[in-house]
Amino acid sequence: MKRAGHETWLRLVLPLAMLGLSVLAWDLAVRGFAIPPYVLPGPGVVAAALIDDRVLLWQSLLVTLTITFEGFMLACIGGVALAVAFNQWRVAEFALYPYAVILQVTPVVAIAPLLLIYLPQPLAVLACAWIVAFFPVLANTTLGLNSVDRNLVALFQLYKASRWQVLLRLKLPAALPQMLAGLRIAGGLSLIGAVVAEIAAGSAGAGSGLAYRIAESGYRLNIARMFAALLLLSLAGVAIFFVLSALSHLLLRRWHESAVQQER
Amino acid sequence: MTEPAGVTVRLRDVGKTFDNGTPALDALTFDVAAGEFVSLLGPSGCGKSTALRIIAGLSEASAGAVERDDGVAQGPTGFVFQDPTLMPWASVAANVALPFKLRNAYGEAARAAVTRALARVGLSDFAEAYPRQLSGGMRMRASIARAMVTEPSLLLMDEPFAALDEITRFKLNHEMLTLWQEVRRTVIFVTHSVFESVFLSQRILVMTPRPGRVFAEIDIPAAYPRDDRFRTSAEYAGYCRQVSEALAQAMRGTP
Repeated sequence: MKRAGHETWLRLVLPLAMLGLSVLAWDLAVRGFAIPPYVLPGPGVVAAALIDDRVLLWQSLLVTLTITFEGFMLACIGGVALAVAFNQWRVAEFALYPYAVILQVTPVVAIAPLLLIYLPQPLAVLACAWIVAFFPVLANTTLGLNSVDRNLVALFQLYKASRWQVLLRLKLPAALPQMLAGLRIAGGLSLIGAVVAEIAAGSAGAGSGLAYRIAESGYRLNIARMFAALLLLSLAGVAIFFVLSALSHLLLRRWHESAVQQER
Repeated sequence: MTEPAGVTVRLRDVGKTFDNGTPALDALTFDVAAGEFVSLLGPSGCGKSTALRIIAGLSEASAGAVERDDGVAQGPTGFVFQDPTLMPWASVAANVALPFKLRNAYGEAARAAVTRALARVGLSDFAEAYPRQLSGGMRMRASIARAMVTEPSLLLMDEPFAALDEITRFKLNHEMLTLWQEVRRTVIFVTHSVFESVFLSQRILVMTPRPGRVFAEIDIPAAYPRDDRFRTSAEYAGYCRQVSEALAQAMRGTP
């Protein structure tokens, strides 16, 4: 018990100590070598940019988060729906799976400019977020749906369960852990997709998300604001990961081994 | 002991060849009377489980036929697998209620039946527990409660206690017999343990290695209830010797 408490403490303190040390080293390096702020601003300057530009950055953060959230939700719905369709109708799987893979392996950076030509910009950004995020949901859910206990399937068959009952009462609950693992990956990826599309659109100048701010600040050599925006993006990614992990833990804690171990 | 209930099952020349060409069963023929407790005993891979799945209607016979005298091709049947086969995301009570829920018949009567079934296997206090919180023996009890909750006329058991330790196994053997004497449904029990089959059954069908056939039929006329005294009696030892010899002959393939 004491050991476990000690370990939790270390897990919290060590990363924070690392953070403190690196910020200190960063500050000392900038001062010591007299690096000009348009090359590498010190942590103080970045913090100042974060505060001075808070209205602008906050609005941009909201724009990016909204698109990320929409892309993520569409990826969840699309990924799960497609996985269920593949599971129920093999024909659909044979016909569509190769294209899902192609969409996944083609780098989204390469697709984004094309999408920007054919779609209005907000929609193109959303499409990019969706494209990168839906595949892990699809792949993980498919894996989950296919790894149902065969004896349980036989049991449902014995009681003459309908196809719907097998899907709703057996396959979907059994696939939930893998599905949630897919969602956790998709959360981070939809943020990446949104950012990539915004950067690609950046030169068009119509955007106002965080990635657009980064591109814009780069052109203006406002490096401090670039760092500030980057910091916000990272924090957003971390927050998304934690929210989805918490959701997963909440849904699985009563029965799944992956969630149970943390309780002990 | 209550009057026999349940269904008569007749297997006539049931054969099964798997898709890859492996013959699993060869002209399997036997009868099980209503309310009878019969064990299928044989080495691993002799097709006993396959026979059970065919009787349950989970697998189709390549030849021959299975008849039930209730006239229903796939009548009410309970099945207990070697693993407890519980849904890990559902409570014990929800697992036991599954047969009713799949029939969309989970009303007052069904709720009462679930409570009764849990009480019968001694799991009343664990109705809201999740399978992972139970021991192996308790999970198997939950599995048996689920198979019995609809009071099926036929109960098929596929080496249900094979994965349990011997002490738990003896205990569940006892409980199984008590349960059976209460309801007197037809039970077909697959096992590879001579001792378990003799303790439980009225009749033992010894099967040959693959492709499985009935090699010998041995009655165990000892009276019920059977308890620990029976397990240590000379009578029990005698039956075990007789069944062991038959099994050894079946393995050699000579009478």
